[in-house]
Formats: sequence, C-alpha cells, structure tokens
Amino acid sequence: MPGPVTSMAVSLEINGEQVELEVPTRRLLVHFIRDDLGLTGTHVGCDTGNCGACTVHLDGEPVKSCMLLAVQAEGAKITTVEGLAGDGDLTALQQAFNEHHALQCGYCTPGMLMSATALLESNPSPTEEEVRVALQGNICRCTGYVNIVDAVVAAGNTR
Amino acid sequence: MLLREVEYARPATVEEAISLLGTHDGARPLAGGQTLVNVMKARAAAPDVLVDLGELTELREIGFSSDGMLEIGAMVTYAQLMGSSEVEVSRPILAEVAGTIADVQVRNRGTIGGNVCVSDPTNHLPPLLVALDATFTIRGGNGERTVSADEFFLGVYLTAVGEGELLTKVNVPPSSGAGDGFAGLTVGRHGTYVVNAAASVSGDAARIAIGCVGASPVRAEAMEEALAGSDFSEEAVRKAAEGLGSSLDPPSDVHGSGDFRRHLAEVSATRAVMQAAGRRKA
Repeated sequence: MPGPVTSMAVSLEINGEQVELEVPTRRLLVHFIRDDLGLTGTHVGCDTGNCGACTVHLDGEPVKSCMLLAVQAEGAKITTVEGLAGDGDLTALQQAFNEHHALQCGYCTPGMLMSATALLESNPSPTEEEVRVALQGNICRCTGYVNIVDAVVAAGNTR
Repeated sequence: MLLREVEYARPATVEEAISLLGTHDGARPLAGGQTLVNVMKARAAAPDVLVDLGELTELREIGFSSDGMLEIGAMVTYAQLMGSSEVEVSRPILAEVAGTIADVQVRNRGTIGGNVCVSDPTNHLPPLLVALDATFTIRGGNGERTVSADEFFLGVYLTAVGEGELLTKVNVPPSSGAGDGFAGLTVGRHGTYVVNAAASVSGDAARIAIGCVGASPVRAEAMEEALAGSDFSEEAVRKAAEGLGSSLDPPSDVHGSGDFRRHLAEVSATRAVMQAAGRRKA
C-alpha cells in the first residue's frame, strides 16, 4: 500500500483529451484546470463552495471543482465549458443563452451552462420549476435569473 | 485557494484505510469533501494526512441485511439515496430529505457518512436518523462495533467514531408500516436549517428528534410519551408538543433567538408528526 504523499501524478481525461501531470496533493481541481491546464473558462467565484461558477462535469455529473482536490479526480472524465462545443460552434443551450440575453457580466455563465447542460441530458424538456431546482447551486450576482431560466426552458423545447 | 500542505493517501481497501488512520497522527478520512475541503480552505481544520475513501467501492453500496435492515454504505451520496429503489421501498423519507440538502452539485459528491460524521448541529440527517432509530457500524483495528443513533451523536463535530476508526455503514430498520416526516424552517429554500424536526410514527407510538437546538439531536421524549396511544388528530399533536420548547436550551444567533427556536421546535415537531402519522400504513 502506498503511504501518504504530498505530490502525486494525476491522470484523467479532460474534454476528450488524456492528460497526466504531477501535482501537489493540496491543489484544488479548479486550479489544476485553470492554472496547470490553462482552461480558464472555468471560473473561481466565491472559493467557498456556494456560487457554482467553478462547476464542471465529473464522469457526467455536475460538481463544484473548488470542493475537490485534483488528486481525487484520478481516472475521471472531466468536461469543462470549453468541451461543450467545437471552436466557433454553440450548443443549442449556448445559442439560447445568446437569444434570451441570459448573461450580463458573464462571470457565472460557464457554471450555469454546465449545470443546465447536465439537466438537459437527464431531462430534455424541463419545466421552469425543474430548471430552478437544477440551478440552485449557481449564483448570478447580476440577478439575471429570469432570462437564464427562460433560456434553459427554451433550449429544452427546441430538442 | 491554497490549502495548507497536506499528505494524501488513497487506500484500496477498508482495512488499508483503517491502518492509515490508526498509524498517522492527525489523519482524517476524506469522503465527499463537501464540508472538509471547505473548512480546510478556511483553515478551520488542518489535518496532516487525508485518507481518501473514494476508491472504497464497498462503502458505496445500498442493500438489505438478512433481517431486513436497510444498509447504506458510508460513501453513498445524497444523489444515490435519491435514486435508490431500496430506499424508495424501505424508507423513502431518506431520499426526500437528501433531495433538499444544498444543491445538485453538492448532492453529487456529499455522502451520508460525511454528513453524520461532521455532526454539525444544523445538518439534516442526524435528527432524521435518530427518529428512524438507525444504528451505525464503526470499524477499527480491533474489529467492528455497532452503536445506536442516541449513542452516536456526542456533540458538535463529535461522534462515537474514535481515532483510527471508520464509519462503514448506516443501518436503518425497515418501516414495517411506520410513517416518517420531516419539517423545519430553512434560511432560503434549501438552505441551512434554523430548526428542524424528524418523526417516525408506528401504530400509535411516535419517535421524535429535534435538530439545531443543541449540540446533537434532542429526543422529544415528553412529547413521545404524551402521544402514546394518541389518535394523532392535529389537536392532540399540538397539545402533545406544548412544553417541548421550554424543555430546550437552544442557541441564539443571526438567524433566530433562542425563544424563536423554542417556538419553531414545537411547530416543526407538530408538522413532522402530522406528516408521519398521515403516511402510516394500517
């Protein structure tokens, strides 16, 4: 059995690409994604686990990447906002965010997109209430929830 | 945020985990991390060694014992409780309450074992598991022991799980026709509880626990006695709850005064018992 260490190799798949990197065990997954891999679409909002700006998919489920050590994601498949659509493309949800003006400053948007994408994968035509429950872990300080909820409901209806 | 440097190990078996916890000073198990990682950021906790339970698949199982107890592994997440057919047929209140904890992302990572081992007085599951008369299986270097819910929650952030030990399972008796209820007041829709109450009513007997009013869940024993043989009419339940508030010594904080919590305890207990009684099967 390997003993406790302060640095460890992490091997995982991110947006379809396999990466392996030695990291300090204290490094949070969000910093691994942003600082080590340079994928800065995932944001750090509150750093206390409340705001959801750092939401990514871990094996298909939305999680807050500031409440996970990078080493805990060993062997996982991670999707960040960069992995939703190809360069220059938008998913139906991203298109709906554009059409419904579902962002002002845009800081919370990557997290909103990741939570809403996970909802639409398990529930392709959610009701407004279901959208609101799914986005409980994502805070928008521009108070733009109405347009965000409208956009997710509309994206569901276009499927 | 930069955490204090911490050693990390990812054991492959429960035995390895217990050995690591027993041989390293300042070692703590890391379950879903939805509390521990956050308190480490705030440096309110600074374990020297984290023993990650993530690979221990045997702790992620939900099943039944030969005598019909619902056995929930300590690493079962809230999301798993919500989607479990075993929970649905046996004790659906666990899925119902798990679905009101925090938010989707936290429910995907947070675990039943973490929730009870943190023993935060405002957590949802401690009073619920006291009302359901759950038992807790703890494994250590010298074998396994099982303690009752009343013996498990010892205080704020303190449980019967000792140094070098690990909670492996939570065992919940089959409902056998009992109805279960949960009620309280939160800050925001799925926020922290100001006061909560859990009740289980079987035939004409009730088991009631109140959360957020003491260091650990408080059994409402006088109310239970007053309800023995009751018809569980709203009037009878309200009457039985009278005096519960004045028997408690809850804290005052920004969310409510001690007096307000005494009032909420009676209201919450009444609602939880009414809900439980209405769900009984004859």
